[in-house]
Amino acid sequence: MQPIAIRDVSLNYDTPGGKVQGVTNVSIDIDASEFVCIVGPSGCGKSTLLNIIAGFLTPATGQISIGGKPVTGHGMDRGVVFQDFAQLFPWRTALGNVSFGLEMKGVANPERDRIAREQLRLVKLEKFTNSFPHHLSGGMQQRVAIARALAYNPSVLLMDEPFAALDAMTRDDMQRLLADVWKETRKTVIYVTHNVAEAVYLADRVVVMSAHPGTVKTVMKIDLPRPRDPLSVEFLDCQKQLMAHLGHNTNGVAH
Amino acid sequence: MQDAVTISVAEAAGESRGAERWRLIWRNVFPFVVVGGLWEIVAWAGIFPQRLFPPLEQVAASFYQLTVSGILPHHAIETIFRLLSGFALAAVFGTIIGVLMGRSRRAEDILLPLVSIGAPIPGLAYAPLFLLWFGLGNFSSILLVGFVSAFPIIFNSWTGVKAVKEIWVRSAQSMGADDKRLFRYVILPGALPYILTGLRLGLAQAWRILVAVEMLAAVPWGLGWLIFGARKFLNTDAMLAGIVVIAIIGILLEKYVFQKIENYTVVRWGMTAK
Amino acid sequence: MTKNQQSTRTLIRGALSLLVTAALYEAVARSGWFPAVLLPTIPTIVEALIASLRDGTMIWHAAYTLYRVMFGFALAIVVGLPLGILMARHQRVEHFFLPLISALMPIPSFALVPLFMLWFGIGNVTTILIVFYAATFPMAFNTWSGVRSVNPLWLRAAGAMGADENSLFWKVIIPGASPFIITGMRQAFLRAWIGVVGAEMIAASDWGLGWVIFDAKEFLNADVMLAALVVIGFIGFAFERLVFGTLERRTVQRWGMVRVAKG
Repeated sequence: MQPIAIRDVSLNYDTPGGKVQGVTNVSIDIDASEFVCIVGPSGCGKSTLLNIIAGFLTPATGQISIGGKPVTGHGMDRGVVFQDFAQLFPWRTALGNVSFGLEMKGVANPERDRIAREQLRLVKLEKFTNSFPHHLSGGMQQRVAIARALAYNPSVLLMDEPFAALDAMTRDDMQRLLADVWKETRKTVIYVTHNVAEAVYLADRVVVMSAHPGTVKTVMKIDLPRPRDPLSVEFLDCQKQLMAHLGHNTNGVAH
Repeated sequence: MQDAVTISVAEAAGESRGAERWRLIWRNVFPFVVVGGLWEIVAWAGIFPQRLFPPLEQVAASFYQLTVSGILPHHAIETIFRLLSGFALAAVFGTIIGVLMGRSRRAEDILLPLVSIGAPIPGLAYAPLFLLWFGLGNFSSILLVGFVSAFPIIFNSWTGVKAVKEIWVRSAQSMGADDKRLFRYVILPGALPYILTGLRLGLAQAWRILVAVEMLAAVPWGLGWLIFGARKFLNTDAMLAGIVVIAIIGILLEKYVFQKIENYTVVRWGMTAK
Repeated sequence: MTKNQQSTRTLIRGALSLLVTAALYEAVARSGWFPAVLLPTIPTIVEALIASLRDGTMIWHAAYTLYRVMFGFALAIVVGLPLGILMARHQRVEHFFLPLISALMPIPSFALVPLFMLWFGIGNVTTILIVFYAATFPMAFNTWSGVRSVNPLWLRAAGAMGADENSLFWKVIIPGASPFIITGMRQAFLRAWIGVVGAEMIAASDWGLGWVIFDAKEFLNADVMLAALVVIGFIGFAFERLVFGTLERRTVQRWGMVRVAKG
């Protein structure tokens, strides 16, 4: 599991791939096996930053290194989970989807199958190995996506609001599951979200970004023991602090 | 289908600087220049007899001559007349039958088996039968074009009427619409996108088989007959001139009728995403 | 009324409508208003069909037609599929071929029959080329739009998992575009089937279902003609339902991608 160093990264123009929310002079250091959440209002460039780390976008200035190696383009040291359920390949079963990265890596079959099944067990989908994505619920599809990103054993897991499109109940279950998976695999995780409670539940540290220009406003450490209780006073306290950083009115009801 | 030229036009509108425009026009013309050049080389190389593979200037000359003498326009007008009358038949009867099938369960049960049996046979296969029953000539060919292009119109009107949402019907009824007004103000507009699609497919179908029908039915005028007759006297240049006119009519239909209808229906369906 | 009763009723009505239509036809055919050669009775048609199947002529005709249509259709796939893919992947190819395709596609394939007859004579070459011409454009065009519509997220996800160009192409782009590719095949076959029957009628050789019908007209053999029509309809129906239906069920329908493709 590798530490990540992000140094003075800026990207403020539109790429051929589409319009991007700009980021300006972002520097973050992330330890090996650390769980970091990036939160901020829409338009702060948090997804852009994640896409830069994933290697889908090239920063205009600055650089990123993972385990000391500079990032150029995407690579198999990182696994990526997107928000959109459509990220799974509809023509492959759950197992086929999870095997894809191993196939690309050149892992031969009995071994490939074994690893893929193991990953599906990790996300509690061992009963659905042969189902096609369109037969799975949204939460199950996102679990397959997580298993798929973990299967080829990257040291870093990048997640772009993976649970944002799920209903509240499913989202709680998924957060618990992700915390378990992280505890077991000890990957370095960068997790983008706009949900404050989710960030407090999952993160070791929360990076708060602000918009115009998209940059790091502050970094907050979450020192709560795991597994965390979202109803405890300390948890709600953390949430209030985080909302204050985000510039919300803390007298209102936390959400 | 077929948004080649539309795309370029849209691009041109975006970057409407003179040079850009010319570059785009050149880009669309260039492939034809290449193909035309190849044609010329083969024609002049003498690999094939020039009667069978005439150079383009000969085709152009014969196109000009046939146009000035009024022969080509006469053929084209006859063909278009047949296309439109056959299609009109299909449009009227096809829509009526399709809507009837959509509205009445009984009509659906009775007509659907007949329509489903007739549809998978390629329309042209009926041609000899029609010629046998109704004789050679105009009547048979118009009837055949109408008969064949009616199938897509029937199917689409039927689906369209069935796709009208039950909620619309119920809410109109609760607002006091009687059967007649329900049909006029709710069902017809609701099914319209489908009916239009059906009409587009029907017209395309009619166009596709008409040329062959004209060849088989031995009608005295018509582009199909022109190119078929030209074969007898090895008038390849006249034949190619006829094919050019067929292509022009086809492209005009595509650009000014099919695409217009498609855009209209797509917009109505709210499928304009991206 | 329950759903079951309703569907029974539909079945009965359907059967009744077919029976009544057949009986009406039979009555008119037997009435003697029209010459029997033009309007043969149903038993005569069935007899003609069975006789021609038994002595093998109809089977040979069908075999010739199938050979031509499959040859032309296979050529159309071999050319149209890679062309569509190349057009979608390389702008230069697209710029070159798209105007040509847009200009050629609206020309009905039958318009080329007399020309091809001059060039290649009567028989297999002409009919196969007509089928090829009719089927290639829908194939290329649908493949082109299919590859263009492949979800960019799949490409990203595959890229993140280390897919190179080669596996990206075979394992993501081709299956991702498959709903359109299958639609293209379907359309192409439909056009090919119409094309072969028409071409056989005009560029008559001695064999082929289209030729049988047209030839039967000359000799007023309406029973043979109708028998051939039945065979043509049956083969077209079998391909549409069995071949393409099965293909679709095994692939895009199983993957839940059928809604993506437009009919």
